[in-house]
Amino acid sequence: MKSESQLKKVLSAGHFAVTAECGPPKGADAAAVINKGRMLKGAVDSINVTDNQTGVVRLCSLAACALLKQEGLDPVLQMVTRDRNRIALQSDILGASALGIRNILCLSGDHQSFGNQPQSMGVFDLDSIQLIQTVHQMREDSQILGGDALSQSPDLFIGAAANPFADPFFYRVIRMAKKVRAGAEFIQTQCIYNLERFKEWMIQVRDRGLHEQVYILGGLTPLKSAKMAEYMRSQVAGMDIPEELVIRMKGVPAKEQRREGLKICVETIQALQEIEGVKGVHLMAIEWEEAVPEIVKEAGLLPRPN
Amino acid sequence: MITAERKPLDEIITMISPFKKLLIVGCGSCVAECASGGEKEVGLLGSALRMDARLTTREMETREVTLERQCVYEFIDQLTGLIDQYDAVLSLGCGAGVQAVAEVFPQTPILPALNTLFLGQTKEAGLWLENCRGCGDCRLHLFADICPITRCAKQLFNGPCGGSQGGHCEVHPDVPCAWHLVITGLEAQGRLDLLEAVYPPADWSKKQGVGFRKIVREDQQ
Repeated sequence: MKSESQLKKVLSAGHFAVTAECGPPKGADAAAVINKGRMLKGAVDSINVTDNQTGVVRLCSLAACALLKQEGLDPVLQMVTRDRNRIALQSDILGASALGIRNILCLSGDHQSFGNQPQSMGVFDLDSIQLIQTVHQMREDSQILGGDALSQSPDLFIGAAANPFADPFFYRVIRMAKKVRAGAEFIQTQCIYNLERFKEWMIQVRDRGLHEQVYILGGLTPLKSAKMAEYMRSQVAGMDIPEELVIRMKGVPAKEQRREGLKICVETIQALQEIEGVKGVHLMAIEWEEAVPEIVKEAGLLPRPN
Repeated sequence: MITAERKPLDEIITMISPFKKLLIVGCGSCVAECASGGEKEVGLLGSALRMDARLTTREMETREVTLERQCVYEFIDQLTGLIDQYDAVLSLGCGAGVQAVAEVFPQTPILPALNTLFLGQTKEAGLWLENCRGCGDCRLHLFADICPITRCAKQLFNGPCGGSQGGHCEVHPDVPCAWHLVITGLEAQGRLDLLEAVYPPADWSKKQGVGFRKIVREDQQ
């Protein structure tokens, strides 16, 4: 089966890309993956499948991606270095390509102590940048780590994450530059709520010319409630939610807060479209995937290109 | 140094219960520095065990001796002639010391009184910090002398991860983010260019715990 990355196709044609995140179920439930995929079909270009996100055991990303592929969707395999050593990672990279999966997002992963297996051993044989380098070497040089030749190279569009909101701020762009140098071709950022800081970061990105070397997709998570905004503001590391956003959410009655969250999300997409170097958005509507088609529609991003 | 902590007294009492004559052997090196296995700790443990024996009307005879180093043959040899008079040795050496003594005296059970923990430094009185994993491939000079393997929760060579906020590690909020220290350290040294490098995967085959490692040096033989 000839297969190509829809995400790469959309981005290289100069369209503003839309990707969404899909969390696999906590069980051997293929239908749950397929249903989420069908819900997103037509509304997005590609679908990221998380890899045991927050260290919680779920159906594996590789299998979920294969299920989405069968549905005619373009999955993005998220792969973390927390759980597998370089033998398993490289093996899964080959397997993913063989199954027709054409995108990979290389991550180090949330620390195991945050999940439901806190006593597990964190592997971290490679870090995320080394994983990017590995996939790139496998694809470009047809070689695994150590130099052994592959009988066939994997065909994968290589992605990485960037968090403009972690500290120290000046370093965040250096880290992304390293990812680009290692071989990343697209970037999906941490959730953007603090647009001002994101804009400052994008200035640094453009100063280094990185916006011309990598496709940057702004990450967004619609807020469901004022409570969620407050929780994320105070409890989630690496998350930057300005106080005025919490105040805005609190300012509407509880039953209208979801609506307000979607509205904020749509406004942010429109603001991102105006920023030079932002080539798309990545929607992480956690356990709220049904919100995605509506957001994309209201943002005026339908229909998606073929 | 190698750090260790004394096992709970109950565990030690259970361990020594089959034996009547006990030689308690301390070590004057690392474990003395971290106040777990030196002469003073040997004395305290000996008193506690004798007191317990009296209270439980168990028969027990002990003798205390502290070697300068329990992991070096010349010092272990001081036990020759003495060890035969005892049913067992309760060692307050680190794991290396216990095994070195056991190898010299294979007829005698050597019981570990300590749990050996890590390679670390004495930060202040009563505080010891782990800062080396014995990876066998030291690259501290590239990271402002902060070990990313030991001190970053994800042992990232190209960190920090996205969870570093306000200079703290998201996994252990009371601990500084190692990469924050690397970056501020390199900044202070005017060596920020080192942050731009992409560091390749580590060679874990040299690491502690991977196998039975040894150092052979002919010039020392």
